[in-house]
Amino acid sequence: MAGTKHKTPLLDDLKEGKWPSFVKELERAAQKSPRTDDLIGLLEKSYRDHIPHWKHGGMAGVKGYGAGIVGRFSDSPEDFPGTQEYHTARINQIEGFFYTSDVLRKLADICDEHAGGLFNFHGSTGDIQILGFKQKEAEELFQKCAQLGFDLGGSGSALRTPSCCVGPARCEWANYDTLHVTDNLTREFQNEMHRPTFNYKFKIKCAGCPNDCIASGARSDLSIVGVWKDNIRIDQDQVAEYAKKFDIKKYVVDKCPTHCMDYTDDKLTIDDSNCVKCMHCINSMPKALRPGLQKGAQIRIGAKVPMVQGPRLGFILVPFYDINKDKEEDYTFLKDLIQKIWDFWDEYGTSRERIGELIQRVGVGNFLEAIELEPLPEMVEHPRANPFIKFEEYLVADEEEESKEG
Amino acid sequence: MPDVDKGTVRITDIGPPNYENFLPPIIKKNYGKWLYHEILKPGVMVHVSETKDKLYTVRVGSTRIVSSDFVRDISNLADKYCNGYLRFTTRNNLEFLLDKEENIEPLIKEVQALGFPVGGMDHSLGNIVHTQGWLHCHTSASDASGVVKALMDEFYDYFVGDKLPAKVRMAFACCLNMCGSVGASDIAIVGMHRRPPTVMADRVKDLCEIPSTIAACPVDAVRPKTINGKPSVEIDEDRCVFCGNCYTVCPALPIADPLNDGLAIFVGGKVANARTKPTFSKLAVPWLPNNPPRWPEVIEAVRTILEAYKDGARRGERVSEWIERIGWPKFFKITGFEFTKYHIDDFRLGEATMNYSNYARL
Ligand code: HEM
Ligand code: SF4
Ligand code: SF4
Ligand code: SF4
Ligand code: SF4
Repeated sequence: MAGTKHKTPLLDDLKEGKWPSFVKELERAAQKSPRTDDLIGLLEKSYRDHIPHWKHGGMAGVKGYGAGIVGRFSDSPEDFPGTQEYHTARINQIEGFFYTSDVLRKLADICDEHAGGLFNFHGSTGDIQILGFKQKEAEELFQKCAQLGFDLGGSGSALRTPSCCVGPARCEWANYDTLHVTDNLTREFQNEMHRPTFNYKFKIKCAGCPNDCIASGARSDLSIVGVWKDNIRIDQDQVAEYAKKFDIKKYVVDKCPTHCMDYTDDKLTIDDSNCVKCMHCINSMPKALRPGLQKGAQIRIGAKVPMVQGPRLGFILVPFYDINKDKEEDYTFLKDLIQKIWDFWDEYGTSRERIGELIQRVGVGNFLEAIELEPLPEMVEHPRANPFIKFEEYLVADEEEESKEG
Repeated sequence: MPDVDKGTVRITDIGPPNYENFLPPIIKKNYGKWLYHEILKPGVMVHVSETKDKLYTVRVGSTRIVSSDFVRDISNLADKYCNGYLRFTTRNNLEFLLDKEENIEPLIKEVQALGFPVGGMDHSLGNIVHTQGWLHCHTSASDASGVVKALMDEFYDYFVGDKLPAKVRMAFACCLNMCGSVGASDIAIVGMHRRPPTVMADRVKDLCEIPSTIAACPVDAVRPKTINGKPSVEIDEDRCVFCGNCYTVCPALPIADPLNDGLAIFVGGKVANARTKPTFSKLAVPWLPNNPPRWPEVIEAVRTILEAYKDGARRGERVSEWIERIGWPKFFKITGFEFTKYHIDDFRLGEATMNYSNYARL
């Protein structure tokens, strides 16, 4: 395989080694795409200079959408003309990241014909990214994808492409249909994704259980995580099988965070009223233990990365709700809740303020009132220790009232 | 909302393709009916359904940034072994889904012949989720794919094996924007700037909205200032924490700097709820130099952490649990990383991280 026309001694080193080489992938794409060849040259320049060679921002997009295409212009178009414009399209992934070879080949053809023959499978939000096209090609690229059934994803101050774990498609622990709800919300909120009108980005991610394989609790403003309410189902025969393989007391029972398990006389018991559904025991003995039958979801809110006021994890907003029943009602509860959150954010949020930061600024209690949710002890690690309570009312003695009036 | 343009119907707002059309038949049939799974060997697992059907998964590491021909290669494999279906994971792995056990080994052979590793399950080092880096982003303090490649070459055996005390999730972000939200990983590597942005005073007025630039700073280091008769801003060097957020809103405040950009390493984060609560990763090493193409300083630091963890953690303990058990002082002692002023949080609520007790393992 021929390499690149540029001299790339530093990148060449990254063609060696056991792990697959992204440099080889770049070179493969460059075989067909001179502009990707220039991308390699530009990257080598960064490896030499220890500095990125991209300009800040720059406009790119398609008509009627304010999101989904991220403009990228290099700062060295004289030396690497192909990188003058080398934009990214975020293509809304298929839920659960399932594909057929047929659709992948067609995407590959579109990517060769209208872009630099380069993809990210996937971006960290979850979109497929097609890299390396110019503004004048954007519309045709978009429409070719659309004819294949793919729309653009979110970017900028918009709803970002929702995404989910593999859920019931291939996981026995899914407490609700993560693919279905993600697909449903994405369709419902097309306008919010494509036409940015928010203060800042908003992310929704759906995980089927507290293992949270999609990292929703650490990076999505709204994290929907499947849980169950009733008892963990135990198959004692299978417990006995595991007992032959490892020390159940040491590796399972003693590690339960709420000490609600017991293993005596070869029998495993769980005080389910104290189980916090952490998944540890189930993860350890998948053949013996299964989540309960009363399945639902928990909602956490406010996770985000450091910008601007520091990183946050999501806290519990709704400890449990029957999302499987809500599914039959087209997720009315969930959509109403999301709408209330957005209304509040729209009214009180400032520019580039994520919902978690707004909640921090106005106080969780006020936020709960505004979105009409009751404060619950599940929401906090513990009640406040400091006595600086902002009481909202006080009693007034009758004479005082009179004297005021008098 | 189709929109008619030059006689052809322009397609918009259609959302994603319907996932149901892309599920392999065995998954459609057993959707929501899976009973349990078992890991058969590193990178290979079987899911067993109520219907007794068995689905085999072969997990394959990829580079995330891939060529169209790579996409064709994997499509060919999917045709040959998986009735034309395949999926990706949230960590940029591929998963081949097989309904015939006898296809596992031939598939693995072909995958390996193409140079791709099978693994990333159970007590392994997962594929490193990462960002754009110098390859495609203007705020990057480092390259993403390059550091990841250098690391995965070095720690390859941990991906294809299962010899770690528990799973290790590593992630990389090339600046504090942290595309990919890496901050809750067992090991998080983050591109760091170390010098305040340069104010291109003449250009601020034309390129930036001054009030929003000021508002973008988390520590109020950006202030309005008239320079050469033009409205501009100044940056208070004593306050700046080099986050780059002002640059994100104002192109006239570039922050990349070849001498001072580098990488920090954070450890002990997790997102799963198992045994302990989700938590962010904490600072281990504040700054290491950019040393492409192999970033040896970063590799050494990660090796130090992985080896200390491998030696010290009990079976099943994630990095966070191991450090929690032995205590941070011992973590610094074992690894030899210097504990400095920078390790003590002085940002908002940082005080909450002090040790308000007499607990110390002396
Ligand atoms: C032009 C500069 C930037 C580039 C090229 C860039 C690139 C990307 C890409 C490609 C993704 C994955 C998107 C997807 O899958 O749809 C992403 C996600 C993300 N970006 Fe950026 N980004 C930029 C600026 C920013 C800024 C300014 C922030 C600031 C806060 C940011 C924060 C994030 C986060 C947190 C994610 C991950 C979200 C998730 O995992 O759900 N990015 N970025
Ligand atoms: S989050 Fe839970 S349900 Fe979803 S894939 Fe992971 S383990 Fe399965
Ligand atoms: S799920 Fe977690 S809290 Fe519940 S019994 Fe199992 S280990 Fe204990
Ligand atoms: S983490 Fe920073 S440098 Fe890296 S892609 Fe995101 S915005 Fe760009
Ligand atoms: S880099 Fe961050 S801290 Fe420094 S001036 Fe800009 S916004 Fe403020």
